[in-house]
Amino acid sequence: MRKSILAGASGIALALALSACATSANNSGGGGGAGSAPSAEESGTSPKLTDCTNKMKNDAPQVSVWGWYPNMANVVDNFNAAHTDVQICWNNVGQGQDEYTKVQTAISAKKGLPGVVMLEADHLSSYTIQDALVDLVPYGADDVKANFSEGAWKDVSQGDKVFGIPVDGGPMALIYRTDVFEKYGITTPPKTWAEFAEQAAKVKAAGGPVFGDLGSNVPAAFMALQIQKGAVPFGYDINDPQALTVKLNDQASKDVLNYWADLANKDLVGKQDQFTTDYISGVVNGKYATYTSAAWAPGYLTGAGVGKGQSKGVWGVAPLPQWDEANPVSVNWGGSTFAVTKQATDKKLAAIVAKGIYADPASLEEGWKKQIIFPLNQAVLKSPEFAENTSEFFSGQQANKEVYLPAEAAYKGVTYAPITTYYYAQLQAELVKINSGKVTGDQAADELQANIVKYAESQGFKVTQ
Amino acid sequence: MAHTTAVDVPSPASTTRTRSGRGRPGLNERKRSRTGLLFVLPFALVFVAFLVAPLLYAFYLSLYSKGLATGVVFAGVKNYTTAFTDPSFLKGVWFVVRFALVLIPVQMFVSLALALVLDGLTTRFARFARLMIFLPYAIPAVIGALMWGFLYSPTFGPMQQIADLFGAQAPFLLDADHVFGGLMNVVTWQWAGYYMIIIFAALRGIDSSIYEAARIDGASAWQIAYRVKVPMISSALLLILVFALIGTLQFFTEPQALRLVSNGTITPDFTPNIYAFSQAFAYANFNYASAISFSLGIVVFIAVYVFLFLTRKRGSIA
Repeated sequence: MRKSILAGASGIALALALSACATSANNSGGGGGAGSAPSAEESGTSPKLTDCTNKMKNDAPQVSVWGWYPNMANVVDNFNAAHTDVQICWNNVGQGQDEYTKVQTAISAKKGLPGVVMLEADHLSSYTIQDALVDLVPYGADDVKANFSEGAWKDVSQGDKVFGIPVDGGPMALIYRTDVFEKYGITTPPKTWAEFAEQAAKVKAAGGPVFGDLGSNVPAAFMALQIQKGAVPFGYDINDPQALTVKLNDQASKDVLNYWADLANKDLVGKQDQFTTDYISGVVNGKYATYTSAAWAPGYLTGAGVGKGQSKGVWGVAPLPQWDEANPVSVNWGGSTFAVTKQATDKKLAAIVAKGIYADPASLEEGWKKQIIFPLNQAVLKSPEFAENTSEFFSGQQANKEVYLPAEAAYKGVTYAPITTYYYAQLQAELVKINSGKVTGDQAADELQANIVKYAESQGFKVTQ
Repeated sequence: MAHTTAVDVPSPASTTRTRSGRGRPGLNERKRSRTGLLFVLPFALVFVAFLVAPLLYAFYLSLYSKGLATGVVFAGVKNYTTAFTDPSFLKGVWFVVRFALVLIPVQMFVSLALALVLDGLTTRFARFARLMIFLPYAIPAVIGALMWGFLYSPTFGPMQQIADLFGAQAPFLLDADHVFGGLMNVVTWQWAGYYMIIIFAALRGIDSSIYEAARIDGASAWQIAYRVKVPMISSALLLILVFALIGTLQFFTEPQALRLVSNGTITPDFTPNIYAFSQAFAYANFNYASAISFSLGIVVFIAVYVFLFLTRKRGSIA
């Protein structure tokens, strides 16, 4: 009998681990407080600034920052050297989802968040609904508004509030293998998705590699491709935080799902998850003729070892294929911002950091020259040096001028839902089913819609379909 | 849980009482029972602080529900009714139950066979083999799982390289059709050595004169193994069965580590524990995660109780 009692206990041992982190989660009031604007000091405190990765330049008051840019150490040093009023105490607690897990835990615990935190634009509303981020308009966000394009600014705004200062973006384009295109007689990269499918079939018929890849683990990219066809997946307004519009099975969303399902079923595109060793080794070996990706991709690929040895000098980039060539639509995948948290001890100083970090010329130049980021700062985007730059990865092509700058200029911005993580997980599950041929695009879209609506309602949203 | 402590603690005291007579609970006796309590105290403190209190807190959390848009409300058992009708949770439970039903017999058979062979050998090779078989258990589960992820790789894994020789495509052991077997292989590899050591130790505890008697009676080596050794170590077998059952129902580490290379096969609701983890740390739903954890606890409790009930005869002999 004792054994069974012990067994029961260890069965719920996870509950123990969970609850340890959930201190006071039950009285944080959820997201209902967006309109009530609680006083800042009540929302908890930032951690003590004893453990910074960087060294301070002077004795000014410090603001803690979490961020994961590869050149973050230099960015922080540049900021600190230029400021006598505030110093950054920086830590890298992980990239993307790894950081978000920690952010979420700190929000639930009501302590442990830094003053300024790096967040991707599509995750901002997941935290604003929990009342975790500070509206930066009263702290002079409009001072830097002119530095960014309209689309980039829309991505960090909700209504007339602004919850993050953008740093980099990911205008999407079509990266392709010049050697594969040459071998199979493709003279111009596809301008439309119809051409894309045509050329894919042609290469396959000639015994060539798959044309692209439908990785289930990049739902954000897939959502962008749906938006390109005219889908508006979510409608959300922070002034009415309980209302959420969900439209995941409209015709545009279904069309894009069907299009890729068709390519996948005919084995014209790969079904490999991206950012994996298997995918990168395939990219290096010419297993994929194209890579539908964002402006930061060359930097990422270079870091992963692509563009060296046998895969050197075989890359080109073209604008993203369109559904309607006459009305091109530009979409974005990824890109990050710096947001000020409600837990920041001094929000004014934190806002200075959010506005100033990665905004100085030296940091930005290092960022784009090393292809770590595609900056959104207009000072860079408008500089002739940036436009005329020849990309080593793309064998001397003026990638910025030809592809990425026009794409960024045409980007209109997107409204993201406050349930991004859940939505991405469900979209990923549907893409897996499509890749295994278990559902059609229509079925996937309908399932997704039902699933997300059910979840949103369980979270207390009034859902409009 | 407090129940077990309560049962354990008074037992030395009660034997003292019978010895010193019923009438007078002397000073000496009270002192002794206090000493006994003091000995238990360090354990009891840690036990209460790190197991009982968090359990109670998690249970408390599980009675509330938090919607992103609504805030926290008292929910009573609603989280539990939701959990037991939640297809994600039920699918996960069904997976780990099926997994346990297949994995445990395989694992038991492998470790028992290994232990019996090693018990029968007395060469130096036996010691070396024992160490090698045990080695996977010494490798942290995450590293072991990642290593298997590379071995399974459809691009550069050894299976694919062998298949390439015949111009074939090796199956990807983490796709939807094979993930069951792929994970079973990883877990068996990881744990069979550990169970083998437990069985082996139990086998070493058997008096060798029993084998001699069996041999005089004309038993073959097979008969000794099957009719003498196995029945005599049944309590060790029962122990590892219970370990394996609990461990499997709480399946987490290996699928979580292999999630990134599984091409999406391993979903955030793949097993109940992964589902609870996702709910808490990805979807900010600690309350529901607590309820799922408790629900899983209930499932484990029932499974182990049923199991011990079915095997209670053998258990009581041991």
